[in-house]
Amino acid sequence: MTDDSHVDGNALGALFFDLFGREMTDQRGCCAACGAVNQLGCLKVYRAPGDVARCPSCGTVVMVVVSSSTGVRVSFEALRWLELA
Amino acid sequence: MARAAIQRRLNWLIAEVVSTREETPLVRTIELECPGWPGHLPGQHLDVRLTAEDGYTAQRSYSIANPADGEKLAITVEHVDEGEVSAYLIEELTTGDRIELRGPIGGYFVWEPGTGGPLQLIAGGSGIVPLMAMLRARIEAGSDELVRLLASARSYEHIIYREELSEIAQRDGIEVTHTLTRSQPEGWTGPSRRVDRAMLENLVWPPAREPTCFVCGPTGFVETVASTLVELGHPPGRIRTERFGPTGGPT
Repeated sequence: MTDDSHVDGNALGALFFDLFGREMTDQRGCCAACGAVNQLGCLKVYRAPGDVARCPSCGTVVMVVVSSSTGVRVSFEALRWLELA
Repeated sequence: MARAAIQRRLNWLIAEVVSTREETPLVRTIELECPGWPGHLPGQHLDVRLTAEDGYTAQRSYSIANPADGEKLAITVEHVDEGEVSAYLIEELTTGDRIELRGPIGGYFVWEPGTGGPLQLIAGGSGIVPLMAMLRARIEAGSDELVRLLASARSYEHIIYREELSEIAQRDGIEVTHTLTRSQPEGWTGPSRRVDRAMLENLVWPPAREPTCFVCGPTGFVETVASTLVELGHPPGRIRTERFGPTGGPT
């Protein structure tokens, strides 16, 4: 299946920097739905008013990022673990 | 990821435009000087923030086109339809102007000279920009990785960095192939179609050579190329992708 509406997890690099204070796109995370382990830079990111990051292996929504007047809210919907190497 | 490029916070910095030049009718390179810039690696990007007089801000990501060079930065911007930021950067910005930026960002789509080859670069349109930073870094470092670049453009006039790439193609160990998808100049002998399976089979390092592949361009282009590379036997772990989304520039 090919769809051309998404970008890579690389696009969330600056947000990850704000959250973790370091480069994260080369770090690995595990999808809670399918168990696949991928680097965060591989996530499929769909950009609307907010960002929806999906697992590149199974398509499950892993993270949602929404900006509002009070700040940026990040929900980790299906991230079993995140590894800091 | 080089430790030198790691910092605690990504602060907004003020960069001054040193020069601009037209690469193609729709693409412009902007050279900047950015005091406090911490350095970067080939393939990384930065965020640009523009603020209007009424306080409205718009932010976009752009790949960095040059290898690390102190406070000097270059970005190459493609005019995208309805792209308010790209339109400003291409049409309005002039030498001496200042813009806000922060970075570098990215540790996944990154390549450094000396990490071994061969290196396979595959670009769709302005997807050439971060790959050019890798090529330029490879040349500057004088390292000996074998590199192949396969670059797709609409026409000869749409080839970004055309003159520099034709010089680079003369160097030992570097092969450059352009494919022109919509129109070709008279006497054109190169491929004249979209990147397809046959092209990836014949012009890309075979899987047995264990190349690291960097693929960058519009999302549809990257999807097709990356999945075909996997079909041809390239391990997914050796294919690095950067998708710009449905249109030309990264968002």
